[in-house]
Amino acid sequence: MHNYEQKEAVRIGFYICHCGHNIASIVDVKAVAEYVKSLPGVVVSCEYKYMCSDPGQELIQKDIHEHSLNRIIVASCSPLLHEHTFRTAVEKGGLNPYYFQMVNIREDVSWVHTDAKAATEKSKDLARAAVQRVFHHKALETKHVKIHPDVLIVGGGIAGIHAALTLANSGKKVFLVERQPTIGGHMAMFDKTFPTLDCAACILTPKMSQVKNHPNITLWTYSEVTKVDGYVGNYKITIKRKPRYINEELCVGCMDCIEKCVYKEGKTPDEFNVGLSKRKPVYIPFPQATPQIVLIDPEACIEFKSGRCKKTCVEACDRKAIDFNQKEEMKEIEVGTIILATGYHTFDAKRVPFYGYGKYPNVYTSLEVERLVNASGPTGGELILRDGRHPKTVGIIHCVGSRDKNTNRWCSRTCCMYSLKLAHLLKEHTEAEVYNFYIDIRAAGKSYEEFYDKLLDENVHFIRGRVAEVSDWAVRSSEEGKLIIRAEDTMIGIVRRIPVDMVVLAVGMEPQSDSQDVRRLFNISCSTEGFFLERHPKLAPVDTFTDGIFIAGACQGPKDIPDSVAQAGAAAAQALTLIDTGEIELEPNTAFVVQDDCSGCRTCLTICPYNAISRDEAKQKAFINEALCKGCGTCVAACPSGAIKQNLFEDEMIFSEINGLLENTPVVCC
Amino acid sequence: MPEKPKVTFYWCASCGGCEESVVDLAENILDVVAAVDIVMWPVAMDFKKKDVEAMEDKSILVSMINGAIRTSEQEEMAKLMRRKSQLVIAYGSCAHLGGIPGLANQFQREEILQYIFEESPSTVNPQKTRPERKVMTNGNAVTLPNFFNVVRALDQVIDVDYYLPGCPPTPKLLKQALDALLSGNLPEKGTVLAPDIALCDECPKKDTKPSDLKFTEFKRPHLVQIDSATCLLAQGIVCMGPATRGGCEGVCISGNMPCTGCFGPTSRVKDQGAKILSALASQVEAKDEKGIDATLATIPDPVGTFYRYGLPISLLRRKNF
Ligand SMILES: Cc1cc2nc3c(=O)[nH]c(=O)nc-3n(C[C@H](O)[C@H](O)[C@H](O)COP(=O)(O)OP(=O)(O)OC[C@H]3O[C@@H](n4cnc5c(N)ncnc54)[C@H](O)[C@@H]3O)c2cc1C
Ligand code: SF4
Ligand code: SF4
Ligand code: SF4
Ligand code: SF4
Repeated sequence: MHNYEQKEAVRIGFYICHCGHNIASIVDVKAVAEYVKSLPGVVVSCEYKYMCSDPGQELIQKDIHEHSLNRIIVASCSPLLHEHTFRTAVEKGGLNPYYFQMVNIREDVSWVHTDAKAATEKSKDLARAAVQRVFHHKALETKHVKIHPDVLIVGGGIAGIHAALTLANSGKKVFLVERQPTIGGHMAMFDKTFPTLDCAACILTPKMSQVKNHPNITLWTYSEVTKVDGYVGNYKITIKRKPRYINEELCVGCMDCIEKCVYKEGKTPDEFNVGLSKRKPVYIPFPQATPQIVLIDPEACIEFKSGRCKKTCVEACDRKAIDFNQKEEMKEIEVGTIILATGYHTFDAKRVPFYGYGKYPNVYTSLEVERLVNASGPTGGELILRDGRHPKTVGIIHCVGSRDKNTNRWCSRTCCMYSLKLAHLLKEHTEAEVYNFYIDIRAAGKSYEEFYDKLLDENVHFIRGRVAEVSDWAVRSSEEGKLIIRAEDTMIGIVRRIPVDMVVLAVGMEPQSDSQDVRRLFNISCSTEGFFLERHPKLAPVDTFTDGIFIAGACQGPKDIPDSVAQAGAAAAQALTLIDTGEIELEPNTAFVVQDDCSGCRTCLTICPYNAISRDEAKQKAFINEALCKGCGTCVAACPSGAIKQNLFEDEMIFSEINGLLENTPVVCC
Repeated sequence: MPEKPKVTFYWCASCGGCEESVVDLAENILDVVAAVDIVMWPVAMDFKKKDVEAMEDKSILVSMINGAIRTSEQEEMAKLMRRKSQLVIAYGSCAHLGGIPGLANQFQREEILQYIFEESPSTVNPQKTRPERKVMTNGNAVTLPNFFNVVRALDQVIDVDYYLPGCPPTPKLLKQALDALLSGNLPEKGTVLAPDIALCDECPKKDTKPSDLKFTEFKRPHLVQIDSATCLLAQGIVCMGPATRGGCEGVCISGNMPCTGCFGPTSRVKDQGAKILSALASQVEAKDEKGIDATLATIPDPVGTFYRYGLPISLLRRKNF
């Protein structure tokens, strides 16, 4: 049982705020103050123009001293806005800040009512509820937790790379975990980037090698986070390092083993080239892969499948780096903050079968074309179609899997721009005629509209209309052997048939297919589409609802490289702020299990959305980790024997508040 | 020899089981009889109302009143016992919580009378005769007490000092209560004389209760072969144990029957039914409305299941008499 530490008489100070005209124009603040004066326990009751102003706060402090007040109530705006202000004022007046209670008569009363009389009565009811509540308030201690200075970054695309370097350069230790054998993400696959057309590799690879060589960065590629325990400032992370079957300490990336592999030609579709080429069982994703370490794919390797390979690779490696017995390894680390930069996934073009992807060999996705035009791609940058021809006409279809209620409703934001980029690159590589089929051109970025203008000058054709179908059904001789794009040209109001040699589908950006698992692992939320949810769309775009976990890049929503980098910088700054503060205050509205009252019924154990509740097996009772508890109250409601209490929301407080609220309400009987 | 403390046992709307439980003290009853002077016990001894009326106020040490208050006569007697006694103990679930009779609060007085005197399958009453409150026989007026619209727990009618929970209370708890009374070693007024922790704490099946029950359906005890080694909730049978005060030593559970909640909630809980509901509902496997509805539909009588003893004192209670 809990004893009230404070047995002295309750002396309440009540202050009602005019908020200029915001409140006072509807609520008769004088009448409310007069009324509250008559309530038991109230010593001071007055009104003031702006309670949140310095004089307003000083008024409270002065009264605490002069009238020995030990409870303070302010009736004004939403606690979200000024609860902190007033708690601090009360604390400065020498009182524990949790003896304060706020009544919202602005958002809840004056802004939503027009009947002044009723609004005044409602304000009185709310004030009376607070007066009855504060009798049960207790002094509470604000807890502080230390922030571990190390940071975990998940995902080594451009966002993860940028965040890692920013933090590492400021002296923080960073663990960068990437699940592919190399960092770089999608950007590493591109030839050039819009709108400046600078070469992606030229700007990305230096950053990749900085990551590799930075003394403050521990880079773990081919690895995944499997477990997340703890709370802000004190996360315990378990990471699985998948076996590469190559000793990373020994391999220098000479690739002799690849050359000497018993396979003279690759047989396995090359993931990095989106299947446009084949790789050997021992491989490196691309020449500048970081780290420069090869790996063996056990699914493809003869030694793994039959144990009867000549193992020419082992012979070839004079550093003895190949180790067929390597096992997966688990690493445990402690960090204080986490940045998730897990990126996106491109829309599966097969979901719109009428565009013929997978059916007609010369229909490509944009990502495939990124590789085709890339000097280090499967064709060395020469644009050769799957049937060996060079295209003379190309059609680029925008919004594939975007802005479409049958697939994804959202605009993927980057595809207009990368389609323009690809149009330019295709023309540069082939001198083909290029048609862009678009709904709207979304070129809202710095120098983006100018890039679009430039493309118009390059004689790229733009047809405004959603494409109905891609087929090989020729009705005219000029269409023989071509792919025919049928679309309504909404500018001239006719349906057009454009025969082309190559179709490029500008596939949209989607959440990673495992985003829900990752979300659960890290205990954050996703928006309905499945992108990670930010704490506030405008004012906290890289924070999540879980303290100490930040998001950056395309995992939060479709965005291009400049925006991803900006977010990565912001996430790094947020992490730095926490780290440099050293510790954070925890709101004491946490729940706790009164040990003597707990029957060990286990009801609460699985329902906490923040995994704050565990069972002490020796005592057979439940236990709440207060640092993890967010004060959501779920367990308090669920505990069938009332063994869980929540600071600031104890039953006595809530029921006295309800009673106070309803006291003057006539009971209607059935 | 100093006068022995006076004790009464009285019954209101109850089944008589509580009276039995006093006899269940077995040989201990002899000690009780030796130590006290029973001055009123309608079920066992022939004292009349006027005998009690004749006593001085507060001359009785303790009155143990079982049963809920359904009629004006019960109310009158409860008030009389209160006046004459230093202490009143609400004895058993009906006095404590309203009990099984309290389930009648789902219906209006008129609905009840109509059913009993006209519609029930065993009623043959073509004239629709109803009992009269007052009848003259041989020049004497015979009166019946008033049948209230609402069933009340004892403390909704008179001031109560202690509660002895259970349907009926166990001999062990009665013995402890009597010892405390006679030794004057009494807890704070208003205390329920049983442990203030839920039944799971002392349940012999406790170790087998899983953390995540994942209910897909609720089963009724008479329709399944109950595994005596396993927690009943784990077998899909509604057990009120997690929301019910312990102290019964799990008599029902040991007999392979689920706890039905007769000890009422712990002191910290205002509404036992709401509490078990929120506990069980949070463990229903289905997460969509249809699936949830289908699971909950397997409980045919939710009020009778979750508020079997406590409807009159619950937040759902009815106020008009
Ligand atoms: C065809 C195409 C062309 C584009 N061209 C341009 C352009 O020219 N200019 C431009 O500005 N933008 C362009 N974009 C957009 C650009 O790709 C994105 O803005 C950018 O890649 C986002 O970076 P990111 O780091 O957030 O995500 P990504 O590049 O997707 O990187 C995410 C990384 O996280 C890793 N990862 C994912 N999940 C996990 C996990 N659970 N554990 C560990 N690691 C994980 C992934 O393997 C990946 O390496 C283009 C997009 C497309 C589809
Ligand atoms: S960016 Fe352009 S192509 Fe991409 S979804 Fe938006 S409008 Fe469509
Ligand atoms: S109040 Fe919410 S967050 Fe805290 S322990 Fe209970 S269920 Fe978890
Ligand atoms: S629900 Fe309540 S009684 Fe049951 S284990 Fe949790 S704290 Fe204990
Ligand atoms: S729920 Fe019932 S059977 Fe299960 S442990 Fe609790 S009291 Fe025992």
